[in-house]
Amino acid sequence: MDAAVSTVSVGLPSVLRGLAEGNSRVEVAGSTLGAVLDALAERYPGLERRLRDERGGLRRYVNFYVDGEECRRLDGPATPLRDGAEVVVIPSVAGG
Amino acid sequence: METLLAIGTRKGLWLARSRDRRRWEVSGPQFPVADVKAIGIDTRRATPRLSASVLNSHFGPTVVTSDDLGATWSEPDDAPVAFPGDTGAALEGVWQFAYGPEPDVVYVGAEPSALFRSDDGGRSYELVRGLWEHPHREHWEPGGGGKALHTVLPHPHDARRMSVAMSTGGVYRTEDGGATWNPSNTGIRVEFMPEGQEFPEYGQCVHKVAVDPSDPDRQYLQNHGGVYRSEDGGATWRSIAEGLPADFGFPMVAHPRRPEVIYNFPLDSSMMRFPPAGRCRVYRSEDAGAMWTGLSKGLPEGGFWSAVMRDSMCADDADPAGVYFGSRSGEVWASPDEGETWNQVAAHLPDVFCVRAAVI
Repeated sequence: MDAAVSTVSVGLPSVLRGLAEGNSRVEVAGSTLGAVLDALAERYPGLERRLRDERGGLRRYVNFYVDGEECRRLDGPATPLRDGAEVVVIPSVAGG
Repeated sequence: METLLAIGTRKGLWLARSRDRRRWEVSGPQFPVADVKAIGIDTRRATPRLSASVLNSHFGPTVVTSDDLGATWSEPDDAPVAFPGDTGAALEGVWQFAYGPEPDVVYVGAEPSALFRSDDGGRSYELVRGLWEHPHREHWEPGGGGKALHTVLPHPHDARRMSVAMSTGGVYRTEDGGATWNPSNTGIRVEFMPEGQEFPEYGQCVHKVAVDPSDPDRQYLQNHGGVYRSEDGGATWRSIAEGLPADFGFPMVAHPRRPEVIYNFPLDSSMMRFPPAGRCRVYRSEDAGAMWTGLSKGLPEGGFWSAVMRDSMCADDADPAGVYFGSRSGEVWASPDEGETWNQVAAHLPDVFCVRAAVI
């Protein structure tokens, strides 16, 4: 593997695990959050549109924590990921 | 004979079934917490195919289908309705399913205002670019519920002809299968424009349009203020509001077979969106809008401070026709006899966004 590409762990909420073969945690390669989501989309196409719209925009009410910090407080999809980073996907507050 | 009534709400889908259309067995919710903004029942198939527009506030919009009357649902991995990359747009929701004369062709009306076409029975859809690329598009503004194309009326016999309606924008028509479109709002007044500019070529906030079963050129329209009829396929419109207690409202439903029979649900006004005096009444005309009759047997006589949204009224395809409506306060009523008498199907549901019914 290219030494520059990080391998990260992505944690999925229970409501989305059915779209990822039941996995609660998936290991993917990618050096930014966007690249990790691209890799996830390739492996689990049904998961992709729940996380991003067709423009590639992050769904507003889905939070992506990168090592404990929500990605919108970092650099959004361009947030760099260290090797071994933890990404956690958590549905935000919406609805009524 | 068994009838299926599908009820889409702000927090999921309920299904009701009945053999006499008086006593209903209600099940649900399915798709809990999702907006079910539109339902389609494709009765061209031996077992009708159900389609539902499901909008999850976290995970976005999708369209699901069922070939077992709602027992199970499926959807493709790839988004069944999505804007192509070059448009720079993202789907916010699906507001309408419509079935044309060609087998397996299904249309959806979408938000932001766009029309999509399926050639595979509603599994996957493609953007109708002729309408998307219309030079007026940049001037279509969101109505109160969003910038939506909420009404799709394929001509029942001629696949080249179709009308759509949007809020705002108004009615547009094509006669070449969707390649080119023209606004079709002559005579429809815009109450939110200043004097002298009340009859624009387009920009109307049309709420719903229905087509007469005997003559596709005869159409009925509930506007954001004003009720109209066209005798020329939508080219011109004239008021049929006289005889109604109010000309505001959302739904407009045509009888499935009887010419000139239509239903609506008047609300006092834009600033008073309740039925007049809080009386829950469906209005029916049996002469294309010349005269109207209030129908209330079995409905609340007062204290009904609710409303019925544009797709929350429908008719089934039985004889006599059943008529149905659901309210923003989560009540659903059914009439087994064309509106003469009403029975409550359900109460205490979330806001009802849409109802659709068919014999199964």
